[in-house]
Amino acid sequence: MLDVAHLTTVFDLPAGPIPAVNDVSFSIAPGETLGLVGESGSGKSVTAMSIMRLVQPPGRIAGGRIAFRGRDLLSLTESEMRAVRGAEIALIFQEPMTALNPVFTVGDQIAETLLVHRRATKADVGGRVVALLESVRVANAALRAGDYPHQLSGGQRQRVLIAMALACRPSLIIADEPTTALDVTIQAEILDLLRERQRTLQLSLLLITHDLGIIAEIADRVAVMYAGRIVEHGPVRAVLRHPQHPYTRGLLASMPGRGGGRLQAIEGVVPSLGALPAGCAFHPRCPDRLAACATIVPAAFTVGPSHEARCLLHREPPAGSHGAR
Amino acid sequence: MALVEVEHLVKQFVSGGGLLRRGHAVTAVDRVSFAIAAGETFGLVGESGSGKTTTGRCLLRLVEPTSGTVRFRGEDVLQFSTQRLREARRDMQIVFQDPYSSLNPRMRARAIVEEPLVIHKIGSTSERRARVAELFSLVGLDAAHLERYPHQFSGGQRQRIGLARALALNPSFLVLDEPVSALDLSIQAQVVNLLADLQQRLNLTYLFIAHDLRLVEHICSRLAVMYRGRIVEMGPTPALFSQPQHPYTRALLSAIPVTDPDQPRQRIVFDPATLDRAVALREVASGHFAAV
Repeated sequence: MLDVAHLTTVFDLPAGPIPAVNDVSFSIAPGETLGLVGESGSGKSVTAMSIMRLVQPPGRIAGGRIAFRGRDLLSLTESEMRAVRGAEIALIFQEPMTALNPVFTVGDQIAETLLVHRRATKADVGGRVVALLESVRVANAALRAGDYPHQLSGGQRQRVLIAMALACRPSLIIADEPTTALDVTIQAEILDLLRERQRTLQLSLLLITHDLGIIAEIADRVAVMYAGRIVEHGPVRAVLRHPQHPYTRGLLASMPGRGGGRLQAIEGVVPSLGALPAGCAFHPRCPDRLAACATIVPAAFTVGPSHEARCLLHREPPAGSHGAR
Repeated sequence: MALVEVEHLVKQFVSGGGLLRRGHAVTAVDRVSFAIAAGETFGLVGESGSGKTTTGRCLLRLVEPTSGTVRFRGEDVLQFSTQRLREARRDMQIVFQDPYSSLNPRMRARAIVEEPLVIHKIGSTSERRARVAELFSLVGLDAAHLERYPHQFSGGQRQRIGLARALALNPSFLVLDEPVSALDLSIQAQVVNLLADLQQRLNLTYLFIAHDLRLVEHICSRLAVMYRGRIVEMGPTPALFSQPQHPYTRALLSAIPVTDPDQPRQRIVFDPATLDRAVALREVASGHFAAV
């Protein structure tokens, strides 16, 4: 479905180009959910914007390939790309209030999406809008369609955005922290809804989040990003149960919710992209670093079935596939 | 004896009023009562609009309560004169959620941390300097960064500055209003551990306000769950996690994402229509109260 290879997106700053996304490769099969996890500044959102070709200057895609259903997105013209956006690949943002236009009713905004992409006629668009709102379980859909965004709760607004994303029957949805702004009980409802819609419509989903709990619930595979690179990538069970990169291990250990007690923090701070350490960007914070980590950017080593980690600890093939520290 | 005692605290806001129109009252905090023992961390948990932040601010009278009592060391805070309140505030401080907007961007870190000392006219210039340096190292900041501005610090470091400022006057009680929810996961753990260490060293008492139940489990000995202005359940943290009694607490706990892919969440849905506001808290087990 989606095949991203060696994607590099840089920001041209006065001090020189800064790589926000650095040699990132992954693919998503039809009906599959890939979770992209990372902290702020890890490059996960820039990756999403790159796929949509929505990176604004001074940012630019400096290299790599993005193939979507066999087509190279990076070689499309802007008008060809416009036909892909929203219709074939839809984006769901974090903050539903800013993603919706405050001066139009939510029904009008969904209708506009349908009409622009010629997925409905003026005659039947009203019915389509109500059906879409019902499909995302908005109660009293016909009534709510006449509401303005501010009249809806945060959870309802996120449902409207999902309805809008589904309007043109896309085959891939990119959801960027879709539940971060929501309360935990509403978050659970929205995640259930996303998962149900995804299964019913056989969608591919790229879910971007900082929450490993959400990844565990919804993703088939997970890619962990740190300082612009994917440092670990594999089936969700393997990565969460047997993390092979010290950063993934550190993230999992610093998650609260393992029955109380002191949290295990990762020492140090996330480096700024303009001042990345040489070698492995994580090495100054890494409890397992080797001398070579300060100079060598590690390649992606295979550490298990379709499971890779960019860490020199795996330079030699591990004795047992889960035996590495 | 409890350090902080809150009884029947009520805060109403008038909403929708205008020049010629009377607004209607919205009860943000509805007859809330709890007590916090010295040295304890008491958690106040709830979703947006539950009244947890307003409750925290009422304790320090950053928001004036409509009715009820708040006692600090046995004295009624709500009866304090302006002068007495100012003195009391040396002992009760607050750390805000957002380390990006709660620090004045035009002030250097040194001046931000020193400000409470200046306001309360404490110490000479050189004594204040020494105290600021001491506070910096207490919260794990590098004294070489004293002259920097807030934007030159990361989110976690900024929250440490906020904490240093709150600790400047040697308070015994801190209201921590979502102190780590704006921080990245790996930094969140550092700050939570720092809070625990400081509590030990300085014998602090915390009111920890949070929406993240996972975090609360690590830091609070007791907690209260708020829903629409009311406490619906309160008790020792382990009891609340293992034997939640109120349907809302159960729903809240069941909504927490778990990092184990083989442990699918059994989500319990709470229907607000089933909430009977007339039901009072009753003791369901020793020290464990629920409005059921």
